[in-house]
Amino acid sequence: MSAPPRNRLNPNDPRVRALLWQALVLGLVALGTWYLASNTMANVARLGVASGYGFLGREAGFQIGETLVAYGPQDPYARAFLVGVLNTLKVAGIGIVLATILGTVVGIARLSRNFLVNRLAAGYVEALRNVPLLLQLFLWYGVLTEGLPGPRQALEPLPGLFLSNRGLKLPGPADDPTWSWVAAAFGLGVLLALAATAWNKGRQARTGKRLPLLPITLGLLLGLPGLVMLAFGGAALDMPVLKGFNFQGGVTLTPELAALLFGLVTYTAAFIAEIVRSGIQAVGHGQTEAALALGLSRGRVLRLVVLPQALRVIIPPTTSQFLNLTKNSSLAVAIGYPDFVSVANTTINQTGQAVEGVAAIMAVFLAVSLSLSALMNWYNRRIALVDR
Amino acid sequence: MSLRFSTMTAALMALGLIGMGGAAQAGPTLDAVKARGQLVCGVNTGLAGFSNPDSQGKWTGLDVDVCRAVAAAVLGDANKVRYTPLSAQQRLTALQAGEIDILSRNTTWSLTRDAQGLDFAPVTYYDGQGFMVNKSLGVTSAKQLDGATVCVQPGTTTELNLADYFRANNMSFKPVVIEALDEVNAAFFAGRCDVLTTDVSGLAGIRATVATKPDDFLILPEVVSKEPLAPVVRHGDDQWRDIVRWTVYALVEAEEKGVTSANADEKLKSADPGVQRLLGAQGDLGKLLGLEPQWSHRAVKQVGNYGEIFERNLGKSTPLKLERGLNALWLNGGLMYAPPFR
Ligand SMILES: N[C@@H](CCC(=O)N[C@@H](CS)C(=O)NCC(=O)O)C(=O)O
Repeated sequence: MSAPPRNRLNPNDPRVRALLWQALVLGLVALGTWYLASNTMANVARLGVASGYGFLGREAGFQIGETLVAYGPQDPYARAFLVGVLNTLKVAGIGIVLATILGTVVGIARLSRNFLVNRLAAGYVEALRNVPLLLQLFLWYGVLTEGLPGPRQALEPLPGLFLSNRGLKLPGPADDPTWSWVAAAFGLGVLLALAATAWNKGRQARTGKRLPLLPITLGLLLGLPGLVMLAFGGAALDMPVLKGFNFQGGVTLTPELAALLFGLVTYTAAFIAEIVRSGIQAVGHGQTEAALALGLSRGRVLRLVVLPQALRVIIPPTTSQFLNLTKNSSLAVAIGYPDFVSVANTTINQTGQAVEGVAAIMAVFLAVSLSLSALMNWYNRRIALVDR
Repeated sequence: MSLRFSTMTAALMALGLIGMGGAAQAGPTLDAVKARGQLVCGVNTGLAGFSNPDSQGKWTGLDVDVCRAVAAAVLGDANKVRYTPLSAQQRLTALQAGEIDILSRNTTWSLTRDAQGLDFAPVTYYDGQGFMVNKSLGVTSAKQLDGATVCVQPGTTTELNLADYFRANNMSFKPVVIEALDEVNAAFFAGRCDVLTTDVSGLAGIRATVATKPDDFLILPEVVSKEPLAPVVRHGDDQWRDIVRWTVYALVEAEEKGVTSANADEKLKSADPGVQRLLGAQGDLGKLLGLEPQWSHRAVKQVGNYGEIFERNLGKSTPLKLERGLNALWLNGGLMYAPPFR
């Protein structure tokens, strides 16, 4: 069939009109952006404010309270930025994992037929998601700093574990080669556990029999490193000791990180719980009944029949919650955790380059958010129902 | 309570630069202030002795009095001021973006800041950075602070000097950087940090008004930096800068000449021609600044001379109990010195 000949730019053609409108909108947006950009440049130039990212190579000169990589005031701003980005990724990463676990547990508890469990979960959700997060952060930070004793009166609930208003101090691995072997053994354990899972799956498909996977996995993950440690006659620990103002050595969980993580996790988990609940309820009850009729236990009904279907409903809104958690982590500076925003703010203060600093903040959060949603979208596609 | 999110702060700071049109800048600040009938003055969110709102929302303090003096000189009424409380991080951009006419908020004059499109008026308080500790630590010198945890507010020169001092003395420390002053103070008094650091005047104000037992806290003897605190205006409006500059000088000169808020009227008839020129009874100094002849007389009469302002807000009769020290008149061995009024 051949299309009738027509004027290609006929404004009466709805498709051409749609194109024209889009071009117009695009043009306006471009114009607006250009205006704002040139206005900013002009203002910045008139005020005599330096511009550009040349400052990144200069010595930062400020100290950062907690760092994942070695850092000192003599390092350049670029490295301070790296420290900030890593600190942001640290809270976001740990926060997302913990919020998912807690949210799933609470969401399932919300559907429990046990009245107490059900009501407790509901109370949790309503209390947490209806109070502004910043207030919750102040509360947790206040509890940790005002509620705990000073380092010289630190609580020692377990030997070598100290709890004070300077945070939680734990023994850490000392500078001892044994630890590398232990880590290698753990890595091997992970690989073997994965292999065992795959093998078990195949076996079940062939014979219908399943091995008890949990003890096997645990044995591999904990047993292997344990054996290595025994073989080496133990590995040296770096114990926290009170010296001068504070504990030295060991591993520290600072009150800032603890309060931020706790606040972000409990808050976000309340939202995730609701998503999980609604996702599970979205799966028709007939599915559960059918699965039960087949003789599956309740736990396996949930795991094998309900959750896989619920996940399709759960993943997209949960992705938004992950993004929210990441962005909310920028409240860190309110309670003194040195996240990227905090580091960038100090940089802006020192260099006066507010536009560059804010652009850097936006770029970092954009990059993190886009990567996170790309990952989640990929996962979402993977678990999507495929027509067979 | 106003919740300040630092992300928002930062974004607003940039937006200030992005969005500010040519218009806010076009007329000199003097015209804008006169047309508005009000001076918009950027102050602290609350620091005893410098700028502190009481329960009725009435502001007092040395920085507040500087704004009141400028309002009296320009508008004839020291009460025609609108105060905009600003955190350390917001203040400079608020001024650059034209949200305020003058920043009078314990702000240290430094080269970087001066070069950021800002101009500093004369110093109103010569200060330096110090350290405060709980006496129970047994620390008596800043040199003993190796390994200490230090609470500090971001957006300050304090944050920068801190690292310098510890580096220069080969000591290590852990900073806890919290945005709002209230929260920094809370963390320090809860014992989260061993040390609180800021300008010594600020430490004195915090100890006097925030600590439950001020006597438990010690300000260490070391003063580790120079913090000349001065009002700030935008670069490029020379007339406005001159007005702010000479209003501050008028307060200092009035002290030197013995003119007070109580005797300002009598002194109009002083036999000393210098006093007559200062108060506008003779000459046309006010006109040279674009102001009415009574500009300085009004400022001194309504607000007091520098010495009065100091004693009222920071001196022996206040909880801060600060000595004049560097802030005495040059005649008394201090640094307060006004160029000639002629
Ligand atoms: N003079 C220093 C420090 C000034 C400063 O901001 N000090 C803090 C601590 S005393 C303050 O006044 N904070 C009050 C606020 O954020 O409102 C500077 O200009 O950077």
